[in-house]
Amino acid sequence: MANIIQLEEINKIYGEKIKTQVLFDLNLSFEENSFNSIIGASGSGKSTLLNIIGTLDKPTSGRVFIDGNRTDTLNKEELAVLRNKTIGFIFQFHYLLPEFTARENVLIPYRIGNYKVPREMEEWADELLDLVGLTKVKNNLATDMSGGQQQRTAIARALINRPKLILADEPTGNLDSDSTKTIYSTLRDINEKFKTTFVIITHDQRIAEQADRIVEIKDGRINLDIRK
Amino acid sequence: MKLSFSIALRFLRSGRGQTALIAIGIAVGVSVQIFIGLLIQGLQIDLVDTTIGSSSQITITSTNEEKLIKDWERTVYEAKLFEPEIINVSPAVDGPASIDYETDIDPVVIRGFNLSDSDPIYGFTDGLYEGSLPTQRDEAIIGRELAVKTGTKPGDRITLLTPDGGFTRLTVTGLFDLGVSSLNENWVVTTLDTAQGILGAGNSVTSVEMQVSEVFDADILAEKLEYSISGKDLRIDNWKDQNASLLSGLNGQSVSSYMIQVFVLVAVLLGISSVLAISVVQRSKQLGILKAMGILDSDASLIFVFQGLMLGLLGAVLGIALGFGLLWSFTKFALNPDGTPVLPIYINYGFIALSGSFAVISAMIASLIPARLSSRLNPIEVIKNG
Repeated sequence: MANIIQLEEINKIYGEKIKTQVLFDLNLSFEENSFNSIIGASGSGKSTLLNIIGTLDKPTSGRVFIDGNRTDTLNKEELAVLRNKTIGFIFQFHYLLPEFTARENVLIPYRIGNYKVPREMEEWADELLDLVGLTKVKNNLATDMSGGQQQRTAIARALINRPKLILADEPTGNLDSDSTKTIYSTLRDINEKFKTTFVIITHDQRIAEQADRIVEIKDGRINLDIRK
Repeated sequence: MKLSFSIALRFLRSGRGQTALIAIGIAVGVSVQIFIGLLIQGLQIDLVDTTIGSSSQITITSTNEEKLIKDWERTVYEAKLFEPEIINVSPAVDGPASIDYETDIDPVVIRGFNLSDSDPIYGFTDGLYEGSLPTQRDEAIIGRELAVKTGTKPGDRITLLTPDGGFTRLTVTGLFDLGVSSLNENWVVTTLDTAQGILGAGNSVTSVEMQVSEVFDADILAEKLEYSISGKDLRIDNWKDQNASLLSGLNGQSVSSYMIQVFVLVAVLLGISSVLAISVVQRSKQLGILKAMGILDSDASLIFVFQGLMLGLLGAVLGIALGFGLLWSFTKFALNPDGTPVLPIYINYGFIALSGSFAVISAMIASLIPARLSSRLNPIEVIKNG
């Protein structure tokens, strides 16, 4: 199967005077439609890795290919367009816009790239909200929902542009174990239904074990790479 | 762009307190601007009107030895060619004399006019409080102060002594009050031919007086007149040259008014800028995720420019309303003892529109600082787990 993410010889060094190398000659690729998890101690470099994959950060050296496009050489505007069309983000904190309803929040990534919202997009937003179990509260303001509901809204939002890739950084880090379970099973459903590739950072061993592949990062290098 | 607008709108609506605060800030600024601006404009118009409104604004006199304009009818005709910029052209025969009354002799000024021509300048008809205007030879009207001093009533005769030793008796047909005591005390207003007779001017006049429709164009028109008038030995004066100190006073007033307005604007600008900059920090997480989701930096900046624009518009509208309120209460509560406003207010819509637009533009300029902040915001800084 083709690789949707390909990282070659990635190094990341922070700081000007005192240099801290976070990633060391990393080579890593992820296949399309796969469900992957990245684990590692805090400070291991896993979030930096995810940010580089998500084009939010640039490697100090090395090449990054997302869906066949080399991204480390693109400018800010091109990256913004690429992120909007190809990548969905789920963070530990949902960062919904509190002034907008759940449904409006879900539609925002679409509205970033398009002037008008056609009917079929609205229906698609409803379908996604249904999928994450929020049909009843879809017209609530983001602030009028529980933490789990907000995070599920963020998941629906990540899916609205039908991205090929979803990057999640501790998506359930902030939630209780019941919500965590629901959210993971939702993500798995999406992976199967829409063939979306997932790369999820988690510190939860039980969650990581449910993935097709587990990559462990230790001190900026790949320590373990287990495929099921 | 549409998204930026709707996010801007939601930001403003959700932070109602903050929005109201900024809008009121702008409104107060705009209203102070309008109030002070129009007040000073009104003051200036009023000042100019009282100073030169009822007097000759361009005066043609003769520089020949007798100080007489012989061919004055031609001069009047040539000045009238400049209508409607030049109005109320009126010939006058002026000269000194003394009035001899029971107890004393006092100097006066004889002013002979074609009363129908000079009335629009001096307003004799409006100023006449007793009797009527002179219509025949040897009739005259005098001012209130002179009438009181000499004990003259309409129908009485006054005796005038001319510098060359002659004397004349005139019948007083009416008494006037022009609102200026020096005129009321010194002028003896009569017909053109009476004055010509008393002063020995023959068929000549001593000056041709006129007004202009735009008082501040008097110097330009005077210059044009100078080029086109054919008579010899003529001298053309205009009120601006004769009132340089008044003009510099008016100028100083305008400059101080502009200064006040500029500083009000700067204060408003800084206020908007700082509040919006804080709101960038408040919403940095949301902006970070928007950027992660692919919003362009320029669109992220537009959110704040739109906020500035809407706040500016809202503030300007409120400010104009408030400004009108202030002006209205000023004309209602700042009154002279006779119940008229201390200062007449002239509503200058152009100026109001200008103040409003300045507020909108400054609000948008103020929003450029937060816009830049938001454009520079790096999503990773914000979403680093916290």
